[in-house]
Amino acid sequence: MEARILINHRQTELIIRRFVLQLTEQHGDLENCAIIGLQPRGVELSRILIQKLNELKPGHKVRYGELDNTFFRDDIRRGEIHMPRPSKIDFSTENLNIILVDDVLFTGRSIRAGIDALINFGRPARVELMVLVDRRYNRELPIAADYSGVVVDSRSTGEYVKVEWNPNQNQTWLLPNKG
Amino acid sequence: MPATLIHLLGIKGLSEESIQQIFETADNFKQLLNSPVKKTPSLRDFTVANLFFENSTRTRVSFELAEKRLGADIVNFSSSTSSVKKGETLIDTVNNILSMKVDMLVMRHPAPGACMFLARHVNAQIVNAGDGTHEHPTQALLDAYSIREKLGSVYGKKVVIVGDILHSRVALSNIFCLQKLGADVMVCGPKTLIPRHIAELGVKVEHNLQNALQWCDVANMLRIQLERQDIKYFPSLREYSMQFGLTQNILNKLDKEIVIMHPGPINRGVEISSEVADGNNSIILQQVENGVSVRMAVLYLLAQHQLEQSKS
Repeated sequence: MEARILINHRQTELIIRRFVLQLTEQHGDLENCAIIGLQPRGVELSRILIQKLNELKPGHKVRYGELDNTFFRDDIRRGEIHMPRPSKIDFSTENLNIILVDDVLFTGRSIRAGIDALINFGRPARVELMVLVDRRYNRELPIAADYSGVVVDSRSTGEYVKVEWNPNQNQTWLLPNKG
Repeated sequence: MPATLIHLLGIKGLSEESIQQIFETADNFKQLLNSPVKKTPSLRDFTVANLFFENSTRTRVSFELAEKRLGADIVNFSSSTSSVKKGETLIDTVNNILSMKVDMLVMRHPAPGACMFLARHVNAQIVNAGDGTHEHPTQALLDAYSIREKLGSVYGKKVVIVGDILHSRVALSNIFCLQKLGADVMVCGPKTLIPRHIAELGVKVEHNLQNALQWCDVANMLRIQLERQDIKYFPSLREYSMQFGLTQNILNKLDKEIVIMHPGPINRGVEISSEVADGNNSIILQQVENGVSVRMAVLYLLAQHQLEQSKS
């Protein structure tokens, strides 16, 4: 297969603007919400999202955190060595509506680990999932996105999605696997 | 690519990269331990046996908590209530435990080199929890981690280790660890308790406590290990305490603040006064707290290594 751009810079901007509108439509002033980016790549999206949210809805003071799921993965001791990254959540997630943010939803395993890691910080009222790319038909667990930028019907093998975060050139690629 | 650890037998064989990797992982575990739920399921399919052939409070409890908080199954073994008393050899004891599908051994043993010996003869990952007068690697790691936490970095810091250097595994592991991280190390104590030729390890030697404290940023006070002393190394504990015991009066004479550490157990009034041990400059309890996160990091990183691969 040929490499192709799934989302260009302009489309990424529109998607993030749409996410902000969807969040305010769903949660009003977001007073009882927290946006939490999943390490490592979800935080790139969540940081831009929170910036855009503060820009478009300056009166909304939404809680923001970053979460690492490494210690909750189900593939520890199964090959690759997983090194953790810092979690930064300086509030209790008890009774909050959490919007968990990641770049790509593929098998659902990272999100499952992320939810387990999240619950260590308290019992949320509700957890929603926001992803830039939803790779449909590749799920290995019953997990679905509440907010998705684009939905891609890609094969589970032979292809992968790469999101490049660059202030002036955000791009998301569908690429053939190397080798 | 993270460095791969197979065993933790001592600090001597550990690279600076591995030490930094342990510290970074420990940072994340410390954060986890401060969250409402202090557990992860990382090692839920893993069994650790804690083999203690020597008495221990802090190290054993700390390892046990670390293992439980990682979700591992654990077995505790104490030599005083085991078949070792009936004459079983170390290898036989360990192989019997391993045959019950144990993945990792945490061992404390009075014989220096016992962990090294075991690593060569049994098919399991070994963590040295103190082997005689040789090494106590996790204590050195948590000491260095506590200095890093308190002062921001270990690099360039001046650390004096005071007391029974001759019998102390903590001293040797600390010297290796601190030097690998770029600290300047001094040992201080009576001549009889400083090993000959220790200067060849690149450490400074001082026999005057006041001079040593004036030089350092951190003072790590060690206990006199009477249980390992078969002869008299100094006339009396009282005399030792007068010459090498750290009191508030001595600290007041310094023209700077220094950090006070102690690996425990403390003999209050001998190597350190209660006032100093419980004072503002002391990080003794932080050391104990950090011990759990550092040991979680060590176990987590070791457990990710596939033993079969290392043997092939």
